[in-house]
Amino acid sequence: MYSYLVLRVVAKLLMPFIMLFGLYVQFHGDFGPGGGFQAGVIFAAGFILYALIFGLQNASRVLPRGILRFGIALGVLLYAGVGVYNLLVGGKYLDYNVMAQNAVHGQHLGILLVELGVGITVTSVMVMVFFTFARHRQTKGDDQDGGSRPL
Amino acid sequence: MSITVCAILRIRNLYAVVMLGSIFSVMAAAIFVILDAVDVAFTEAAVGAGISTVLALGTIALTTDREKKPSHTKILPLIMVCLTGVALIYGTLDLAHYGDPNAPVQTHVGPDYLRDAPVKTGIPNVVTSILASYRGYDTLGEVVVIFTAGIGVILLLGNWRHIGRRREDKDV
Amino acid sequence: MAAVGLYNYWIVVFLMMAGFYIVIAHDNLVKKIVGLNVFQASVFVMYITFGKIQGGTAPIIAEGITTYSNPLPHVLILTAIVVGVATTALGLALVVRINEAYGTIEEDEIHVQDEES
Repeated sequence: MYSYLVLRVVAKLLMPFIMLFGLYVQFHGDFGPGGGFQAGVIFAAGFILYALIFGLQNASRVLPRGILRFGIALGVLLYAGVGVYNLLVGGKYLDYNVMAQNAVHGQHLGILLVELGVGITVTSVMVMVFFTFARHRQTKGDDQDGGSRPL
Repeated sequence: MSITVCAILRIRNLYAVVMLGSIFSVMAAAIFVILDAVDVAFTEAAVGAGISTVLALGTIALTTDREKKPSHTKILPLIMVCLTGVALIYGTLDLAHYGDPNAPVQTHVGPDYLRDAPVKTGIPNVVTSILASYRGYDTLGEVVVIFTAGIGVILLLGNWRHIGRRREDKDV
Repeated sequence: MAAVGLYNYWIVVFLMMAGFYIVIAHDNLVKKIVGLNVFQASVFVMYITFGKIQGGTAPIIAEGITTYSNPLPHVLILTAIVVGVATTALGLALVVRINEAYGTIEEDEIHVQDEES
């Protein structure tokens, strides 16, 4: 475990802002630049920063592998599920017009949900890929030098 | 930008190459802002300069950070590249000029989207509305691509043998 | 005038060829992937250049603005960037596995090992 004081304090200070910015980008994507992809990547960057500074163990405790695996599938299912829901209520696949009382509201809701699905998947995949790389190194280190390496 | 690329070509220390790649991405993002593509610039800065750099550094940590001296001559690839480049530059002579409002690209679907999208979806950011609504199928397919890539990485590096071995230890 | 109008495309061609050269002339697999990224970025710049209209602004509808750049290339490139990072991650994972199997990430050494076995 690293113990650089400055890094730890600054990272702790930054984390809430990164998360807040991610949420802003996610849900304000309709009005300004942003959307599911960008927000997902920002969230993932936040978690990766956390993992780099506080160690993989702590990061895995915040975001266990099970949740990440679940999230990877959940995002895709949410996206596809919105399409199926539209089919069920009598529209075309991914035709959001039928989701609310009028077409514009339906579009709003549909786009919001779809972007949320994209965001969840992108976050989970990026964090998962990073964790997998890092953990791979850890297990490789176990084999070679008994796991004395940090991270 | 070109200078950075030339440096990437020359330098054999892979750490330096990856960091230069990151700088390259940030400059690409700046160019996208100049060309009015704020969404794209945002993504490029976050993805290119952030995530892929971290992943490439992870790979270097797992492998090696020195590139070996090339064993064979590089004349043939250079000739190939020059020929292709000349052909492509010849091709650009017919392209529409930078910022030309009468170019074919600008006269077909683009204006329709700009006119209809805000009215039909009630969302001022046209890029978002096209991404999620008009081209919903594309984006769905793309999310599936990310999903597949994530699964692929997990399968490739997920230490399945390790888990199996641990279970055997427990049984013993 | 032609030189000014086509300047962006020439930069794109230069970047694209530099990426192409890195991919075909270098043996190191990590460097090949960086080269692929450079190649990709050049294509992104080309598409975004297509979408630009002189005097236009970003395609977020606001009052008092009449000219917007074409949003369609932006959407296409947005998806392309994210797919690009997904494929990069997969490629890097493959490089790590190749390194474990062969003990090297240089293409010619891998060839030599293949022929020996």
